[in-house]
Amino acid sequence: MSTVPSASASQGSTTTAGKGKRPRPPFGVPALSVTAVLIALFSLLPLGYVAYMTAATGWDTAAGLIFRPRVGELLGNTILLILFTVPLCVVLGVGGAWLVERTALRGHRVWAVALAAPLAIPAFVNSYAWISAVPSLEGIWSGVLIATLSYFPLVYIPAAAMLGRLDPAIEQSAASLGLGPWAVFFRVVLPQLRIAMTGGALLVALHLLAEYGAFAMIRFDTFTTAIMTQFQSTFNGTAGNMLASVLVLFCLGLLVVEVRSRGTARYARIGSGAQAKATRLPLGAFQLPSQLALLALTVLAFGLPCWLVLRWVLLGGSAIWDAAEFIPALLQTLGYGLAGALVTTVVAFPLAYLAVRNPGWFSKTLELSNYVTSSLPGIVVGLAFVTISIRLLPGVYQTSGLLIAAYVLLFLPRSLVNLRSGLAQAPKELDEAARSLGKSPWVAFLKVTLRLSAPAAAGGAALVFLAIVNELTATLLLSPNGTSTLATEFWSKSSEIDYSGAAPYALLMILLSAPMTYLLFQQSKKVAGQ
Amino acid sequence: MTEQSPSRLPAPRIAPAIASTTDPHLDITDVTKNFGTQSVLKGVNLSVAKGGTTAIVGPSGSGKTTLLRLIAGFEHPDTGSIGLNGRQVAGNGAWQPAHKRHVGYVAQDGALFPHLTVGQNIAFGLDHSALDGGRRAVRARVAELLEMVSLDAAMAKRRPHQLSGGQQQRIALARALARKPELMLLDEPFSALDAGLRVATRRAVANVLNEAGVTTILVTHDQAEALSFADQVAIMRGGKLAQIGNPFVVYTRPADRATAEFLGDAVILDAWMEGSLATCSLGGIPVRRPPAQGAVQLMLRPEQIRIAPDGPIRGVVVDTDYFGPETTVRIRLAPKSTAASDHRFPGGGEVITIRHWNASITKPGTELCLRVVGEGVAFPVEN
Repeated sequence: MSTVPSASASQGSTTTAGKGKRPRPPFGVPALSVTAVLIALFSLLPLGYVAYMTAATGWDTAAGLIFRPRVGELLGNTILLILFTVPLCVVLGVGGAWLVERTALRGHRVWAVALAAPLAIPAFVNSYAWISAVPSLEGIWSGVLIATLSYFPLVYIPAAAMLGRLDPAIEQSAASLGLGPWAVFFRVVLPQLRIAMTGGALLVALHLLAEYGAFAMIRFDTFTTAIMTQFQSTFNGTAGNMLASVLVLFCLGLLVVEVRSRGTARYARIGSGAQAKATRLPLGAFQLPSQLALLALTVLAFGLPCWLVLRWVLLGGSAIWDAAEFIPALLQTLGYGLAGALVTTVVAFPLAYLAVRNPGWFSKTLELSNYVTSSLPGIVVGLAFVTISIRLLPGVYQTSGLLIAAYVLLFLPRSLVNLRSGLAQAPKELDEAARSLGKSPWVAFLKVTLRLSAPAAAGGAALVFLAIVNELTATLLLSPNGTSTLATEFWSKSSEIDYSGAAPYALLMILLSAPMTYLLFQQSKKVAGQ
Repeated sequence: MTEQSPSRLPAPRIAPAIASTTDPHLDITDVTKNFGTQSVLKGVNLSVAKGGTTAIVGPSGSGKTTLLRLIAGFEHPDTGSIGLNGRQVAGNGAWQPAHKRHVGYVAQDGALFPHLTVGQNIAFGLDHSALDGGRRAVRARVAELLEMVSLDAAMAKRRPHQLSGGQQQRIALARALARKPELMLLDEPFSALDAGLRVATRRAVANVLNEAGVTTILVTHDQAEALSFADQVAIMRGGKLAQIGNPFVVYTRPADRATAEFLGDAVILDAWMEGSLATCSLGGIPVRRPPAQGAVQLMLRPEQIRIAPDGPIRGVVVDTDYFGPETTVRIRLAPKSTAASDHRFPGGGEVITIRHWNASITKPGTELCLRVVGEGVAFPVEN
């Protein structure tokens, strides 16, 4: 999917204005601006495609295709899925984060990582593990179960980062004003978590809208699975397009709801001086139940899927390790992952540089345009690219370049958020210091700005890589003939109920994702200033 | 040397403390700078002698940092020109970028490179190939610079974040000194430090720059820092230099009331000027070069007003603030006597603030006799 599951998404803008409030354009801004505008226009293509298609279809046809029982059923499914899954994820994520960060939980360091670990298992692998063990799983409740177990870390990670950063002095003030521990939690701590909760909830909801594999596997119909089915049967039918425009409207609605509920308040620490270390609430008699609850959650979300995948690998024996099949898939996955990560980082750089060095409505608009695009489901971006390339540029259809372009649009914010915080570490004062020490602007840029933002750029690239390795939907739509990635290979095998044949690919995806997930977890802590 | 007289401000009447050299190190002529619609510098003229120390002091937003950035080469002036060592570096079609100006620059927070060690920071601007002996020469030079700013050579291996604020500032200075610049620009380098450290660091920096014979320009909003650091003080207000002169002159003989109040506490009284004597509630006070005759405003520094054993000028203590070594005393001067309701004896009943070392004689309600030491400064009455 798209947006970045970390606390950094909930950060306020980190401008590094100098002492004056006056805007001072840094060097090279005009050329950068032109590049950034081109990137932003390019990233608006999918949205433009959906709007154009809806307009071209004409109201009567569109209404006929939209207002029918099938769409009502899909809408009901999707809404129910969101209504059940999102609150569950918020409760599990915030509760877990609170236990780990603010109570005297034994082994809280281990639990802190264990609760983020399920993110290393792609949702469709999770779904595969469950259905291979319980073949009767299907429908909304299975969907809610699998989605909750796959996505609650999206709330947990930002909530934990935020809790770790909260100034305990605020809680102590509340206590001194006569509030008991529970009152402090609900009246002081929870409101401060609002940004993390709304941001995390939005991410979960967007993932629910975009997920194809996990729900297709348990035969639970959402908009995305229905569009995919339409696409596979009629390739580019109007019906699929109309479903896509309803889905896009849904996404945009969610974005608006999130912006509204986020509010305008800022929860920054006021005042200076070192922040005290938070005191942990003694759990007492709740120690054992807490440990058991976390154990159950981790086993269900991480242990069980891993064990089931391993079991299929062991059952399959050596027969499933067909080198001729999985080595090309592994190499192609690595190739697409690395190329996509590199291109995304390069594309994100001008946008991030403008946003940090020259903040204003211009850079905000640019950022917003690709933020909206990246929250669109992969299926919509895929569909748009298929149609546009076939109609306008048949030469690029089913080329790896087009697939990488789709990856860039889908995963740009992961790189952008990281680069922004990296560039914020390299304020222009350092650049100027280098110039006053006799370095030309380019040398100063290379030796200071680029050097200082390199670790953040690498972190962002790793996250994009992780996303590409686990991407299924857009890859299925756009990959050149004969391409096999770990995800598509896994998908074709598991669709044929070849559970043990699919297992090695699932294992490889988990192994590739694990270090990146750990990196993401570490990064969320760092962004939160720990 | 002197600022061209701005239209509404009275012309500086005080002779420049430092005679214009025929060979100024830095020469700024009629420089203006706008950011968008906001005009930040409105025609600045300044010249700095070789080896001199100049402080540009002004409230925040007065444009002093912008002026420094123009000198450093980080910004282009809109109009006007800047000359370094007699060579145009900006304006009139000339432009020399920052890295070719050979001007040292120390920013407010030091701006040390966080990815480099202290030693690498200091060596950043050194041209390694130009130094004989390569690496060892660089290391020796780094050690020499560290010693120059009174820091241990072992510190070269540390990271900037392991240093205190004062140490970071000294490293930033050492880094800027490494290239042996002839002109050093300091942009509020001490303001981030706490009070005690600020004085010590300021003194250390001043000594280092003095010994190295580097022409220095310090930008600050702290008037005490400006007066103690520099041998030429330029007061900046609203994008213009209101007065330039040596610290003693600008403090005791400010060009206008705003400058007087910016540079320190001032007692301002209505007075009547006749000849070179101003009459006010504190009696007749001599004024050198009065700007006008008749009604004026008279400025005295609080330390000029002393408590005397007896005398004709009296006042009653209103309240006091005790600071330990000294006490701030607010005194209501005697009201105007009806007999002397003459326009030539304005004022009466004003409340003035003075300082005194002895808290025990300044109880509220006590009547005190006052005496004025030295000359006052008269300003024309503001309409």
